Amino acid sequence: MKQNNNTPLPKRLLDKFAPTFSEGGKLPWLHSFYEAMETFFYVPTDVTKKGSHVRDCNDMKRTMFMVIIALIPTILFGMWNIGFQRIDGADFTIWQNFWFGFWKMLPSILVTYVVSLSIECAFAQIRKEEVNEGFFVSGILIPLIIPIGTPLWMTALATAFAVVIGKEIFGGTGMNIFNPALLARMFIFFSYTSSISGEAVWFADARTGATPLGELANTGTTSVSMLDAFVGTIPGSIGETSTLCILLGAIVLLATGTASWRTMLSVFVGGLVMGGIFNLVAPAEPQTATEVYMSLPAWQHLLLGGFAFGAVFMATDPVTSAQTNTGKYIVGFMIGALAILVRVFNTGYPEGMMLAIIFMNALAPVVDHYVVQANVARRNRRAKKAQTIKA
Amino acid sequence: MSKVIKIKKGLDIKLVGEAEKVVVELPVGERYAISPLGFEGVVPKLLVAEGDKVLAGSALFYDKAHPEVMFTSPVSGTVSAIRRGEKRKLLAIEVTADAQQSYKPFNINLSKISREELVAVLLESGLWASIIQRPYGIIADAKDAPKAIFVSGFDSAPLAPDMNVALKDDVEALKAGFAALKVLCPNVHLGLRAGEQSILEGIEGVEKHYFKGVHPAGNVGVQIHHIDPINKGEKVWTVGIQNVAIIGRLVLGGKVDMTKTYAVCGSQVAHPQYVKAMVGASLVQVLMPCRIKPQSGGSKFRLIEGNVLTGKKATANDYMGLYSSQVTVIPEGGELELIGWLAPRLHKLSVSRTYFSWLMPKKQYNLSTGLNGGERPFVVTGLYEKYLPMDIYPMYLFKAIMAGDIEKMENLGIYEIVEEDVALCEFVDPSKQNLQALVRDGINLMIKEM
Repeated sequence: MKQNNNTPLPKRLLDKFAPTFSEGGKLPWLHSFYEAMETFFYVPTDVTKKGSHVRDCNDMKRTMFMVIIALIPTILFGMWNIGFQRIDGADFTIWQNFWFGFWKMLPSILVTYVVSLSIECAFAQIRKEEVNEGFFVSGILIPLIIPIGTPLWMTALATAFAVVIGKEIFGGTGMNIFNPALLARMFIFFSYTSSISGEAVWFADARTGATPLGELANTGTTSVSMLDAFVGTIPGSIGETSTLCILLGAIVLLATGTASWRTMLSVFVGGLVMGGIFNLVAPAEPQTATEVYMSLPAWQHLLLGGFAFGAVFMATDPVTSAQTNTGKYIVGFMIGALAILVRVFNTGYPEGMMLAIIFMNALAPVVDHYVVQANVARRNRRAKKAQTIKA
Repeated sequence: MSKVIKIKKGLDIKLVGEAEKVVVELPVGERYAISPLGFEGVVPKLLVAEGDKVLAGSALFYDKAHPEVMFTSPVSGTVSAIRRGEKRKLLAIEVTADAQQSYKPFNINLSKISREELVAVLLESGLWASIIQRPYGIIADAKDAPKAIFVSGFDSAPLAPDMNVALKDDVEALKAGFAALKVLCPNVHLGLRAGEQSILEGIEGVEKHYFKGVHPAGNVGVQIHHIDPINKGEKVWTVGIQNVAIIGRLVLGGKVDMTKTYAVCGSQVAHPQYVKAMVGASLVQVLMPCRIKPQSGGSKFRLIEGNVLTGKKATANDYMGLYSSQVTVIPEGGELELIGWLAPRLHKLSVSRTYFSWLMPKKQYNLSTGLNGGERPFVVTGLYEKYLPMDIYPMYLFKAIMAGDIEKMENLGIYEIVEEDVALCEFVDPSKQNLQALVRDGINLMIKEM
């Protein structure tokens, strides 16, 4: 493109460095990174070459960015809550708590972004594709669902595992089977159980205590009120505590059509139905932890732990969830039901949501297969009928 | 009135530059040309040489695989050039028209003619090429007996011509054309827009179906799917409504008269209106009475033979093909847009509610050819389904095509679609994939393998 004085500064800078990153320049191996930056600032000036001459102005960047916008209330609240959950958190102002949490969380956000962007760029370079925007979302989701005290090297390793094993080996964005962010969390939970299990991990200082779910499992009661659990002033992973902020995000996702309402709704329905069934069969005087969980009112399940966060931001991942509308209802319902089932029967491991979503990620293609097969069967029946009429 | 079929899935893309309902009739121009490239899957064998004299309706070339299918000159005159491209690929046969047109005589008496005789006349006159077979969207095989013939009586594509304007002088020809189709196959279906006073109401002997709703309601493929879907092993034929009139003129007058009425439209046309011209006329000729708006400093425009969804990118020196019924001129994209993916983009159209088009359902847009993003793998789900009003899972079908899995393609409904049916999926796709080209690749693979 010809330059003149009207060319805006970012474009001039980009153009200036373009040769450096091109074939024959000094840093051709960083071309995919340069291209990612270029397309971040400027929409590609490409025009349609084949097919439809005009195109909708929506693209993957916009779609992914909507998820980030939806996450903002959760992120901001989560940062504040890190500070508030300190042993003396209540003595500080809102801003002091927020800044405390901000500086606690920033390193892990930076680590996940640097690790995932580098890997994405490397693979984009090898495949000669553009960098996909998926990391944009996974990179922020990971810090939100792992405990705040997780060492950075562990975060980095988990991110790398999630991106490489969870995504790239399947062929990259759009081809992955498991939700990369959840895979990162699962990696930490299963690989470093001893170093991060226990109750202290949920806090940013030396205070010990348990998440409400852990407390329920151990003692049979929880000290948090359901209002606290809804607003989110309780211990837990950064993203998961505030059901209120998660609902704000859900409104953004649903209003913009970014996430599937079918999936989201059916996860909640699945959780309520399963919780309701347990309520019915729960003994009047619960003795064991399982029985305590059984008698927990179904709606309270939805406010505790990672249920709401998983339903809104994880289960709705379009790539790893079901792809057919019918499949979305089934998979969503199963996620909700399974999450509660795991909670109730595996009290040593109170967080069932992660396992339920990962498990249904694996089953979603099977569910879809049968939905699509029904369509195929319909088509074949129609053909057969036409033949018999002819004969 | 029979049952109305409602098409809810789809989208009317409202663009500025709709053709005013005035028809300008063009005199016979100097040069006409027929390009074999305009016919899907045809390998041309030349029948004329430069300097040969031809009549309107004389064969210029035939299809190597189907030697009985002739492609004829729309005008009488002298073959003035045979254009070839790389590897001597035949691009176009140009004919310089005589001042006084003379026609090759054909004789059709519908009340006496047998089906075989009619097929022979259509093949010889070059009008057989207007009969398209589904599945595959290729020229029909003259040896086949199709299940039915489908004609869509209206066009729902962006800025498409109003057939009541385009065909207002052709009612008799249309009647004769449909009568001829009935000789080919007694089972003829005509799709009409519900609630519209169509000049096609007077057509008799065909089964009329009424459609209501958004584009692609006017696509014949969608109509077939809702009337009598194509099953494996079945073949149906389709004919464009304007081409039915051309066949009708052959029946009535015994001559090939490939006159069509084109909607010349789009934001860059100064006087968008209807132009009556012959198939084979150059775009320059067709655009002449409408003019293209003066372009300000360095901005470019794109000529499209057809509509913005399915048309062919053309130059002013290209020629109108047999199947198109409009010429659209829109601005070429490529403008710099700082962080455009974050901007409100009020002047652009999106079906996504992350933009604001849904708040302005009546707004007419001046869309350019910008891709508005980079190509990505399939990510979003449930979107294509909303723009293909058929009982088909588009993403699964696309993936089957990518994998080259014939059996899956067949099972998932490849027989029921051609490129134009997925054009809207391609329009809305945030991953910016070329789905129409993909479908054609899939169809060509089916043709090769079956």
